[in-house]
Amino acid sequence: MRTLRRFIGLGLAFGLAALPAAGADLRDLYFGEALYHAYQGQYFDAIRRLDTELAQYHRLDEPLLDTLHYHVNDAEFSVGDFELNYRMHHRAGRAIKAVLESAVDEAVRNEAAFRLARIHFQKGQLDDALHALSRIQGMVPEEIKDDIEFLRANIYMATDQPSEAVEVLNQLQSHESPDGFVAYNLGIALLQAGRQQEAVEQLDKAGQRTADDPAGFAIRDKSNLVLGSLLFESGNFERSKQSLDRVRLEGPFSNQALLRAGSAEASADQYDRALVSWNILVEREATDVAVQEAMLAVPHAYASLKLHGRAAIQYGRALELFSNQIEKVDASIASIREGRFLEALIREESRQDETWVIRLRSLPDAPETYYLMELMASHDFQTALHNYLDLEDLQSRLIAWNASFDAFEDIIKLRKQNYEPLLPLVDAQFRELDSRMRLRLEQRKHLGERLQAILITPRPDYLATADERIAGERIALIEKQLEDSDSPESPALQHRAARLRGILTWRLETEYPQRLTAAFEHFNELNTQVDTLTRQYDAFVRTRQAATHSYIGYDIQIGRLRERVSEALQRVDLLMARQGHMIETVAINQLKARRERLVAQQTEARYGVADSYDRAARAQSGMEGP
Amino acid sequence: MKNARARHNLITTTRVFGFSLLLCLGSVHGRAQQNDQQQMRGLDEQVQEIKSDVLSIAAELSQLEEKLLYPSGTQVAVFVALAEGDQMRLDAVRLQIDGKLVAHYIYSAKELEALRKGGVQRIYVGNVATGDHQLEVLIDGKLKGGSEFSRTESFTFRKEVKPKLVELKLAGPDSGNTPITLEKW
Repeated sequence: MRTLRRFIGLGLAFGLAALPAAGADLRDLYFGEALYHAYQGQYFDAIRRLDTELAQYHRLDEPLLDTLHYHVNDAEFSVGDFELNYRMHHRAGRAIKAVLESAVDEAVRNEAAFRLARIHFQKGQLDDALHALSRIQGMVPEEIKDDIEFLRANIYMATDQPSEAVEVLNQLQSHESPDGFVAYNLGIALLQAGRQQEAVEQLDKAGQRTADDPAGFAIRDKSNLVLGSLLFESGNFERSKQSLDRVRLEGPFSNQALLRAGSAEASADQYDRALVSWNILVEREATDVAVQEAMLAVPHAYASLKLHGRAAIQYGRALELFSNQIEKVDASIASIREGRFLEALIREESRQDETWVIRLRSLPDAPETYYLMELMASHDFQTALHNYLDLEDLQSRLIAWNASFDAFEDIIKLRKQNYEPLLPLVDAQFRELDSRMRLRLEQRKHLGERLQAILITPRPDYLATADERIAGERIALIEKQLEDSDSPESPALQHRAARLRGILTWRLETEYPQRLTAAFEHFNELNTQVDTLTRQYDAFVRTRQAATHSYIGYDIQIGRLRERVSEALQRVDLLMARQGHMIETVAINQLKARRERLVAQQTEARYGVADSYDRAARAQSGMEGP
Repeated sequence: MKNARARHNLITTTRVFGFSLLLCLGSVHGRAQQNDQQQMRGLDEQVQEIKSDVLSIAAELSQLEEKLLYPSGTQVAVFVALAEGDQMRLDAVRLQIDGKLVAHYIYSAKELEALRKGGVQRIYVGNVATGDHQLEVLIDGKLKGGSEFSRTESFTFRKEVKPKLVELKLAGPDSGNTPITLEKW
């Protein structure tokens, strides 16, 4: 019973697994992409995407400028959630611890502590779970307040501290919890604390709650089943029957409830009433444990009512059923040994449909699943199966990656063949253009400096046109020749030359402002041209570098990745074989245990047949006393 | 609010699952089974390790792929998102860049649900030269009332030196939003 209760807490706590943050106000596309994968259950891709984004974000010098900045807390949590959903508890724990130890606000830190506690609890590390909860202080997000207390109560129950659990659950119950889990757990905690009467009252309340969803109905049925069993064990058959009658006839607990209800009636010597429940039960799925128990209970009740003939017939029916079931179990064991169970489990529908386990039973070519429904629904088995499916997925990824290395190498080879003959010629042309460009840029720089200089010290001669410069030089030559001449006409000619110089100087001086403006305009026009040239130059340099980077420097990385992929593939193959073998072994062990019970029941039925015929015969011949 | 509801649904679903487990586990007994459980858990640890290793390989491989196939100078990525709360049933999206068909995607129910929850799909990654490019988007879908609809829009985007991200926000025409919007990133 204690073990059972431990699992109650544990089972419920799995329900606390949180949903990744929704992208209502999404500011980072890659975070949105990770969510897109996660919402489809593609956790490998979701983790891959978000890991890459977070790694990039943490490498940035100014992370506040990155769009992930808006979601970084959500992203850190989500990566932990994805890892948890991908059954990577170790990494999930590390991811959440990282949030816990970083500089985040109180509410975020408290949520991280809660999530960490939940992981510890799921792994059975109960002290660590309590320690993580003890780190929650101050501001707690409203939406997780009840979840924290529910988890705390579960930990108390799992660590044999039922009184503390009762206290926490009592407070939670006053919050009008929408489901019956708190009410039910409170009943179990009271029972665990030895407060039997209060436990009965609490379970009675839990068993009469209104429910409007499958989970609510299930927990209500469970409360009634536990209460009925409790009352049955304490000899209160009438009240036990009332409680068991409240369990729905079509729910997951109905077979157990019908069996118990019949037992309650039988214990009060009401065999005819016991037969009502048991006769419903024997018409149900023959592989169910409760149904098989009822197959023997029904003839036993008839025998107790001294209807030995009918008892003999029912024992005979039970004998036939047990023999058939033993054959089925044997066939299932053989089938598992042939590898068919694993084949059935890894069918595509197991990935697509959450209810595939239920439907698997009806597949005609999967006899091995008849007795394994319970096993297949167990947490450890589900983990093992999902791990097997995950390994299969990793295997197919690794095989595809291995093949892609060949494609990468082909691309690199083709790029090399294309670029290597072209690049020397391109480089030579570029070098020539580069030197011409540098010369022009130097000239432009010089011009710019001169223009800046004449802004401070006006130099009209700097802005003379070529004709004016030639004319000026010619005038200077004439002036020099006239200076050296003794000709009587020289003074007149010198006067004329001076007038020409005067005209030239006048023009340069009077047009200087317009010329200076025009010069700056032309210079700025040149800037535009130079900017275009620089952009083209940069684009060329980038393209030239890209050409080189497109085929040089990959050999080492590809070689290393090849090795890692190949090594991982070997490990995955080995693990798959071991995991598959484990699944088969567990299934066979389960079937063997069921077979043993069936054989014992078969013996009992065989004895019952003989005994009933004997009693019927004796009754008929009047030998049997009253 | 939507989050809280989804969270509650998940909690409920998994609680049912957990709950059904306990009955099954109740019938599990025996030392052999304990050994099996221990072995399963031992294997689980090893599976966790290999998952971690493969994820690390995947990260390095992503980096290599990006460098080799989609260098930042030419990389363009197109993303698809649904307008918040939109009930349109998106059937297909077709993309053409500069007149060339680059993606034609047909959505499954699961993918559509992921988009409705706020997920963003990277529908296309490719290479274009720097400069202006034409993006033509065609969407097919069904409205809430069941009638079919189809829309085509053309946009211009400019590719610069850094990787170009283009987000297409889609909405049903009956929602009051523009059916196809190009979001700038």
